[in-house]
Amino acid sequence: MTRDTVTARVLRKDLHPRGGISHRVTEGVSRILFLLFACVSILSVLTIVLFLLVQGVPALSEIGVTEFLFGSEWRPSADIYGVLTMVVGSLSVTAGAIIAGVPLALLTAIFLARFCPAPFYRVLKPVLRLMAGIPSVVYGFFGLTVIVPILYNVFGSGKGILSASVLLGMMILPTVAEVSENALRAVPGSYYEGALALGATPEAGVFSVVLPAARPGVSAAIVLGIGRAIGEATAVVMVAGNQPVLPDGLLSGVRTLTANIVLEMSYAADLHLGALIATGIVLFVFVLLTNVALAALRHTGRQK
Amino acid sequence: MKTAIGGAAVRRVTGKCAGLQRRALAHPGSVILRMLVYGAGILTAALCLFLVGTVLVRGIPALKPSLFAFTSNSETLSMLPSVFNTLEMIFLTLLIALPVGLGTAVYLTEYASRASRLVSLLRMAVETLQGLPSVLFGLFGYLLFVTAFGWGYSMMAGVLTLVLIILPVLIRTAEEAILSVPDSYREGSYALGAGRLRTVFRVILPAALPGILGGVVLSVGRIVGETAALIFTAGTAVSYFTGDVMGAGRTLAVHLYALWNEGLSTSEAYATAVILLVFAVVINALSEYLTGKLRKRYAE
Repeated sequence: MTRDTVTARVLRKDLHPRGGISHRVTEGVSRILFLLFACVSILSVLTIVLFLLVQGVPALSEIGVTEFLFGSEWRPSADIYGVLTMVVGSLSVTAGAIIAGVPLALLTAIFLARFCPAPFYRVLKPVLRLMAGIPSVVYGFFGLTVIVPILYNVFGSGKGILSASVLLGMMILPTVAEVSENALRAVPGSYYEGALALGATPEAGVFSVVLPAARPGVSAAIVLGIGRAIGEATAVVMVAGNQPVLPDGLLSGVRTLTANIVLEMSYAADLHLGALIATGIVLFVFVLLTNVALAALRHTGRQK
Repeated sequence: MKTAIGGAAVRRVTGKCAGLQRRALAHPGSVILRMLVYGAGILTAALCLFLVGTVLVRGIPALKPSLFAFTSNSETLSMLPSVFNTLEMIFLTLLIALPVGLGTAVYLTEYASRASRLVSLLRMAVETLQGLPSVLFGLFGYLLFVTAFGWGYSMMAGVLTLVLIILPVLIRTAEEAILSVPDSYREGSYALGAGRLRTVFRVILPAALPGILGGVVLSVGRIVGETAALIFTAGTAVSYFTGDVMGAGRTLAVHLYALWNEGLSTSEAYATAVILLVFAVVINALSEYLTGKLRKRYAE
């Protein structure tokens, strides 16, 4: 709002004292240039949406929307394309990631925001940042060579929903923890002090007063985690098993929407390629839903 | 008198200890919660150390000179060409994305009026781009650059796909950095007779530099770690580094992915993971340093 000072208003009308012709031309040209740069993002999004739709929708109508969405068989060799197994796969590993990662992330966020001794904070915080910065392919490789063998030794089956969930849980942990920590820190200190004054223990004050007050921010963190988990491709491909079948348990292998694209793009053509693009459209819709939820949560957070 | 005071002090101290004990008995829930919270913090740190430790312990012994040979084939599995490809990818992507990202941020903060329809459209576009999974960028890059433009698997297709991925990061961080420049800077510049363009380049952007660099560092992190968007745009070809923009080339992360995909030895893959980890640590340290600098600059 400070931008709406007299200076800004003068500038908007281009009433600047040094308003010679050449000066005005450079100012005008640069304004248009900046505007063009700004349009790049908008054009990119439009092109992406357009390309996916134009190339995916014909395949979708050839296969049949219901057959595609609710068909549980994916056999490109016979031109049978149903993505139900992958929708279930994506949803189950995402749910698993939330169950595995969010409780730990929230408790870590509470620890960081309220209980962490300063020396430990200086260690834990960079550690979390590093964890967020490690490439997903390294996570995938770690999952493949550490998590999968452990699960194999314990349960007799390695790659599947469980391994993917644990790995994705680890991957979303730093993001969810950091965003939640910020949300917890944004709660006014008076809330906590009020709770203590009313006789609450510090723990009770945090869990029953501060945490509920930070709910929009914490929910946004979780939705952010959901978006990450559902969109992750590389790491999931390496540990989920990738069988396009309906899972019958935590240990059964699944193929996610992202994995389907990554696995088959290299040799897909014609209707097969179209079906993969349509898979991308389904993924896009899921991601868009999480984006809308995120925007709504941010909005309520701001109103508070 | 003396003993009475001493007695009071003792009573106070014992009272405190008893209070703690009483609290544990009266509020077992609080004690459990506290233990849970501390346990979570320790477990999170342990998880990360376990991840990093595993990569280092298995990867460092696997590092051998042949992994850094100039030519990569099934015998050497050298990662050096991939390292060079990664550096080329970083350079070219930033070369294109930086002017666009900075220009957008400058337009948003210094030129556009807040309520304009274009601005809200732009914000929506940036948010959408930011939320898209990289595999969709890869799909799009494949359809547009590789197929429709007929470039085939090429560094350029990878670069342009990566530009789309890092653009929202650059725009957001630059916008934040520019907004944190105090208005007095602008007013001072205008009062000295500078035009808007000169103010942007001579006053605002230099003042916002640490924040902008922070965004650049974040972007480099995205580029180094990216796989899903590059497999089908820049391709997985590798033999030796050519620098050819229209030729295919795998980055280091894609190299690790390809080692897995081709079912080759895990020790070479772990060695590659070590180098990726080094990249991540350096990028992280740089980013910490820059945010620290930024905080110091506007702390007053």
